[in-house]
Amino acid sequence: MTTVVVEKDTQVNQETKRILKRFARKRDNLIPILQEVQGRLGYLPREAMLEIANYLDVPEMDVYSVVTFYNQFRLNPPGRHSIRVCLGTACHMKGGYITLDAWKRRLGIGPGETTADREFDLDTVACVGCCTMAPVTVVDGKPEAKVEPTRVDGLLLSFGHESQKELKENHANS
Amino acid sequence: MQIAEKVTIASTFEEIRHHAELHWQQLWNSANPLVMVGTATCGRAAGALEVVQAIREEIEKHELVCPVIEVGCMGHCYAEPIVMISKPGHPPICYGRVNPVIAERLVKEFVLGDDPCLEFVLGALEENTLIPSFAEFPRAQYEKKIILKNCGQIDPTNIDHYIATGGYSALAKVLEMPPEEVIGEVKESGLRGRGGAGFLTGEKWKICRKALGRPKFVICNADEGDPGAFMDRVILESDPHSVIEGLIIAGYAVGARYGYIYCRAEKPLAAERAGIALHQAQKLNLLGRNILGSGFSFDIRLFRGAGAFVCGEETALIASLEGKPGIPYHRPPYPAIKGLKGKPTLVNNVKTLAYIRHIVKNGAKWFASIGTERSKGTAVFALAGKVVNTGLVEVPIGTSLRQVIFDVGSGIPKGKRFKAVQIGGPSGGCLPEFALDLPIDFDSLSDAGAMMGSGGMVVLDEDDCMVEMARYFLEFTQRESCGNCTFCRLGTKQMLEVLTDITKGRAKPEDIDTLQQLAQDIKTDSLCGLGRTAPNPVLTTLRYFKDEYEAHIKEKRCPALMCPDLTAYYIIPEKCERSCDACVGTCTVEAITSHPRKRYKIIDQEKCVKCGTCLNACPPEYHAVIKLSPPSEVPGKQ
Repeated sequence: MTTVVVEKDTQVNQETKRILKRFARKRDNLIPILQEVQGRLGYLPREAMLEIANYLDVPEMDVYSVVTFYNQFRLNPPGRHSIRVCLGTACHMKGGYITLDAWKRRLGIGPGETTADREFDLDTVACVGCCTMAPVTVVDGKPEAKVEPTRVDGLLLSFGHESQKELKENHANS
Repeated sequence: MQIAEKVTIASTFEEIRHHAELHWQQLWNSANPLVMVGTATCGRAAGALEVVQAIREEIEKHELVCPVIEVGCMGHCYAEPIVMISKPGHPPICYGRVNPVIAERLVKEFVLGDDPCLEFVLGALEENTLIPSFAEFPRAQYEKKIILKNCGQIDPTNIDHYIATGGYSALAKVLEMPPEEVIGEVKESGLRGRGGAGFLTGEKWKICRKALGRPKFVICNADEGDPGAFMDRVILESDPHSVIEGLIIAGYAVGARYGYIYCRAEKPLAAERAGIALHQAQKLNLLGRNILGSGFSFDIRLFRGAGAFVCGEETALIASLEGKPGIPYHRPPYPAIKGLKGKPTLVNNVKTLAYIRHIVKNGAKWFASIGTERSKGTAVFALAGKVVNTGLVEVPIGTSLRQVIFDVGSGIPKGKRFKAVQIGGPSGGCLPEFALDLPIDFDSLSDAGAMMGSGGMVVLDEDDCMVEMARYFLEFTQRESCGNCTFCRLGTKQMLEVLTDITKGRAKPEDIDTLQQLAQDIKTDSLCGLGRTAPNPVLTTLRYFKDEYEAHIKEKRCPALMCPDLTAYYIIPEKCERSCDACVGTCTVEAITSHPRKRYKIIDQEKCVKCGTCLNACPPEYHAVIKLSPPSEVPGKQ
């Protein structure tokens, strides 16, 4: 079964190797390498982790333990748009958990999951330090201020418009 | 005979400074206006980037000569996005809550025309006869800005701005001093580490200097993970060079060759701006080999953390730098003696390092004259939550909580009553009203059960449930526990379950004792600060707000009307304005309908998700939507 996966994902191996070339074979570089690979691939597939373990000459389990220890790393592919609901103290007290509920309800997924159409992935973040703008949701890397349930609907609506615009442009081009 | 002019550290630096100053003078003393926009993360969240774009487009449209500079955060986060316009003939004026439409107007009417648009003014940067300046604000008499002085006033991505305002002159001075003298100066100033523990910085430096082993390392701990804290983020985003200068001086003093800035993953802009600053410092040889010809070589590497709260603990941070999971190890030996790669390693907080250049420049005596007997200098607080003027505050240590919250922060919005202040993040506690007059320093708050911590301050009002607050923090520490110590790993889990039961109205009276027992065990049997302080939020709320716990347990009622499982929304038929449909339209789950004949609105309790949107939507003159606790209070048939 593994051979099938490896065959299918040679692109992952190639991308990983290309990134690895830029780093010295030192254990200190493990986290920067993982960050770089995830930045490129969006997540850390098994093949990439094996490749990294091999390159740094560390047990595969060590790479896996680092990946699962830190919140930043993910093992499944992300959606096209990332939704990160801040659950810092100020956000929580100003209703961050209600905002999270609203996202869950609208997207039909829980934190750490990706929608079936791979459009959105939802997660929580401990605190992005925009406490004065609570409750905050980070949408595609941009912190959005005062996101309450109605704003959730508004943001989703704007994505709707965006994808419709893209569709139209694609039509016009074809 | 001709004697070649001797090249000294001072003369090399003077050349750099002169160049920077010219650049700075050109900007400020030119006949052209100058626009600055605060684009730190908080500004961006409020839409600062859209404002910058609008200003640039408008300037282009009118073909004006007017540089637009992106600066950091002034600390007045409540008024973001903030725009500052300096125009010859006027004092530099700050505008608050600017949006793209206002921005266009400012360009058209003030930059192009001559109307300073007084209706949008926040304050002036200099004293003048027309507009009140920030220095004249009532809050200014309590504030003393040292490390926040540059924030929002200079372009953090331009090293010239920093040098022209006095930057790196402390480094040039230090490089001509023996390292021991530098350490002596820092020690004499009484500076204590601003990461939370409050260890004497000079003492730590001395230990690290004396420790055997090479190469030595210095690390700037910018893994600011406390939820509700953003001081380090703002400093790195607004004035990164001040931290770098402090780190280089620390490196010189302890005899290190390499430095690291460990920046938290969730604060990408801080890391980005620190990276740019490092690159610029290298270019001017303020960093790298043979700095300013002094013979001292020092390199700094930026390391992005990968998102683990426990990595703020110094030994976990070091493990993380070595490419391992961030699990703390036993101290002693302290990192200052045996740290990164087994070598002496100095770990200092962002704010601690930012003070260094001021101490070197103004002297230890100056610094020691600010603050209290045992805690010197100023403290930076991140003020958030239910307070009018949210943002960053820098006050002399010893200022009372009341002054910070009510005089600087202007108190609680919407006329609500103050209930508590959460200070010190997950390691701190919630202090009630009586503690407001305590002076804040490293030692004073510990009797009350809290700590100054690194500076996060979240203000809570009467609508905030203290049990929920405790549950929130336990959920956080439980999730972030690295799992090394049994009591921290399992104990926090047990506490969280009990607290969840309480907020859901499923708890038994004896659960309070269980909580107290678990809290004691976790405190005594954990290795690092995370576990040892994790129960603090529970212990302080139990101490000061036990009645709230009891109401949840005995009456299944949430007095603050916050816990969703113990509250319900209800529309009072007599108050409902029947022709208004505001709540119906905003309800996110279509749970509100009109009564078939009488047309007042009814909430379907089965469908309601308790998001509170209807309560916000109901016009204040009707005030028909209310919260009830316990849910059984809702009249059976509307």
